[in-house]
Amino acid sequence: MNKKERLELANWVVAQAKKAGADDVAVNVVNQRDIEIEYREDQLDKLIESTQNSLSLSIYANKRYSSHTTNDIKKETLAGFITEAVAMTRYLSEDPYRLLPDPKYYANQMEIDLELIDPAYDKVSSEKRVEIAKEIQDKTLGLSDKIISCTSYYSDSFYDTVKVHSNGFEGVREGTSFSSGVEVTVKDGDKGRPADWDWRSVIFFKDLASPEIMAKIAVSRALDKIGQTKMASGIYDMIVENRAVGRIFGDLTGPMRAGSLQQKSSFLEGKLNQKIASDKLTVTDDPFIKAGLGSRLFDNEGMATKRRVMIDKGVLKSYYVDNYYGRKLGMEPTIASSTNTVFECGTRSPEEIIKEVKKGFLVTDFIGGNSNSTTGDFSFGIVGKYIEDGKIIQPVNEMNISGSLTEFWHQLVEVGNDPYIYSSLRRPSLYFKDVQFSGI
Amino acid sequence: MIEMSRRKFIKTGAAGIALVSVPMFFKLNPLAAFAGPAGQQRNLKDYYAHFGVDEKTIRDVIAAALDKGGDYCDIFFQHRISNWIGLEDKAVNRAYSNVDFGVGIRVIEGEQTGYSFTEEITPGAMKLAAKTASNIAGQSKNAPPAELKFHQTPNYYPIETLWENVGIDQKIPHLERINDKTFALDRRIIKTRIMFEDESSYVLIATSEGRIVCDYRPMTTLSVVCIAEQNGKREDNYFGFGPRAGFEYFTPEILDFMAEEAVKRTVELFDAVKPEAGEMEVVLAAGNSGILLHEAIGHGMEADFNRKGVSIFADKINKSVAESFVSIVDDGTNPNWRGSINVDDEANDTEMTYLVKDGILKSYLHDRISSKYYNVMPTGNGRRQNFRYAPIPRMRNTYMLPGPHTKEEIIKSVKKGLYTETFTNGEVAIGAGDFSFYVKTGRMIEDGKLTRPVKDVNIIGNGPDVLSKIVMVADDLKLEEGGGYCGKDGQWCLVSDGLPTCKVSSITVGGINA
Repeated sequence: MNKKERLELANWVVAQAKKAGADDVAVNVVNQRDIEIEYREDQLDKLIESTQNSLSLSIYANKRYSSHTTNDIKKETLAGFITEAVAMTRYLSEDPYRLLPDPKYYANQMEIDLELIDPAYDKVSSEKRVEIAKEIQDKTLGLSDKIISCTSYYSDSFYDTVKVHSNGFEGVREGTSFSSGVEVTVKDGDKGRPADWDWRSVIFFKDLASPEIMAKIAVSRALDKIGQTKMASGIYDMIVENRAVGRIFGDLTGPMRAGSLQQKSSFLEGKLNQKIASDKLTVTDDPFIKAGLGSRLFDNEGMATKRRVMIDKGVLKSYYVDNYYGRKLGMEPTIASSTNTVFECGTRSPEEIIKEVKKGFLVTDFIGGNSNSTTGDFSFGIVGKYIEDGKIIQPVNEMNISGSLTEFWHQLVEVGNDPYIYSSLRRPSLYFKDVQFSGI
Repeated sequence: MIEMSRRKFIKTGAAGIALVSVPMFFKLNPLAAFAGPAGQQRNLKDYYAHFGVDEKTIRDVIAAALDKGGDYCDIFFQHRISNWIGLEDKAVNRAYSNVDFGVGIRVIEGEQTGYSFTEEITPGAMKLAAKTASNIAGQSKNAPPAELKFHQTPNYYPIETLWENVGIDQKIPHLERINDKTFALDRRIIKTRIMFEDESSYVLIATSEGRIVCDYRPMTTLSVVCIAEQNGKREDNYFGFGPRAGFEYFTPEILDFMAEEAVKRTVELFDAVKPEAGEMEVVLAAGNSGILLHEAIGHGMEADFNRKGVSIFADKINKSVAESFVSIVDDGTNPNWRGSINVDDEANDTEMTYLVKDGILKSYLHDRISSKYYNVMPTGNGRRQNFRYAPIPRMRNTYMLPGPHTKEEIIKSVKKGLYTETFTNGEVAIGAGDFSFYVKTGRMIEDGKLTRPVKDVNIIGNGPDVLSKIVMVADDLKLEEGGGYCGKDGQWCLVSDGLPTCKVSSITVGGINA
């Protein structure tokens, strides 16, 4: 099925649902092709190839709402599916806030090429895929004789999404992505087998990270863990490496969602235009980055996207507001969830910042832990390195950090100059003062 | 046998099911073949009809998959129907449903896997997928696929009514009942969110060795989130059940109990404090604390990690890892428990597997590839998220058997420590062995007595180290009610766990430094 046929199908679904009694309908038809390779011990370990379809429809009928997904997209089965879906919706309670977005939000979509499709996608051969995975493995194994296991990865993907709303939206989104990576385990005497990895995603094949660099990073990170131990509990400085920042930052943005606010489970309720972090934190939602992993011209509700400052020098400037909870709260919709999150970076590298730390930890990974979005309480397990007088002294693990997000982000004293670009969350390393650590 | 915390609820089960109901997704025509007592007769003919295949087609597809060589092939047909309804702001005003249908084809050569799937169950589409999966092979010669022989498996999840025959009109009153009860119980409750999910999964698995099995796998979760407010402060918590059971499981008593538990767990947080940071004695309450086993030892015992040499438990089989009163099992056979399976996803029988018996490390959890590699019998742990994935070793219900102590004795033995009651999530680094889990609620233990409530602390330790520090185990084994999902290699599986009250002599607790 090509794009045109998918659009035709989506419009047919809209018509069928309306015929069955829906007042409004939103339909998505998705097609995705994936190839994945795992390579270890000089041979292909896993080869997975697939093509999949899915169709989802949201039904708005008599002020009631339901949503349905199926991967059986033959019209003869869809017809029954749609009739049952509409019939079932009648049993739900009324919800006057469930409406498609006002069509004014569909308008003024930017007309730029976000560069989300690699024209070379079809030209990547099966041999080339295996060759990349093999090269990553070879480069990795050449780096240390302490390696006891190495698995390398390659995958690529093409997706094509069609979106039709019965009140006047029609959009198509297509894209490619390529990923490669490696996971390495090393021997630490009879203590343990520390492991680490490097794994990166890009939109264009030519932008795949170099096997040498990935091998070097994965191996050095694993070797650095040899001799891990826990240190004394106490209050220390903390630098969170860019790669690891996602875990804690996600717990700040979750409570920025309208759903969280409306359900009274956000510690950020009522904090718009107030300081929720130190001056060092400025974060923008930017949907227009060329070849950005979160770039898009319209969001999941069909609304034209905009660049938005979310947090400006620590002041909360915008929530993530979708149409439904926006209506319940009486707020203008912004965007339901982030596109590309861009931090305003500092001027120094984490290596330079480390030199300034008297007593602290460089956190390279979080392990487990959680946070309470209602109160802001958090506690996470960490893996990293102990720093004293500006020098890395000792790899550490089996320690926790704890605190409250209401205070924690005010303790941010510096932002690194190293945004991680292999993600839609382009986060640099972050430096926090006076964090509660528990160990021995 | 084992005292299950839920048995008392199952016993009270009432069978009153309304006769007229609105079907909620989706009766594909062949499904009619399953009408009758819960469709659990598992008659092969019904499954052939359901997927529109016969023995000849399946054998042809297997032959196509092994055309280029390979040691083994299996075909996994699945039809999954799931429904979700939600109550928010005191009204059941949202419903989601999902239908998923397809077949996965796997070819194995040595330890190599070729995999493909198709969502179109036609001979043409299946042969194309078979050809794709066959690209992994090339070295070995294969025997022609054996004649298929039906393998009948026990039924560990009997239910009264198929979920797809339970209408949304029957489910809605359950949510409303819990909601009303929740608000009636405590004036501090300001919001609730209640979610009711059910799933029917039909699977048919055929192997090139000639085994063919079929299974109907029900699943449901019903959970309540409460937000409470007191003097301008807010707290939230939740409670839920998640068995492989039918609609009859949710009796009025269970529904009321859910409301009571959710409210209790939420409002007690207003008095909760954070413990002191650092190492201390920790007593794990019976039940939900089984997450300790899942993270500290379960994952490390999955045989793929050991075959690849990346687990901290590699090379430790038959060695002493814990006190002699510690026995830990992974079990697929517990009636109606969330992690139970009648047959694993590569057609092997399921069982109760000892990970640790009397303190000695006994067996890894195997899938087909690892059991061949180690030359042992499969343990029935080859599982997959759905037909889109190749199976890998996964846990089922992981729990510790009862020990010689009592809960009272254990709590009394602690001068200053933490008693952990409920958890939300955990994680483990397989190789280094560090694992952590997040304690949502608990209590301090001071001078042998339970005192102030505690909330939101992470606990972190090292698997083998913590196992060796389990110094007391009580006789009160309980399985957790909720159960959850376990994620590994991008695949999510239903699991559960359990524990008797037990004491770890020292483990690091996230908290506040004085």
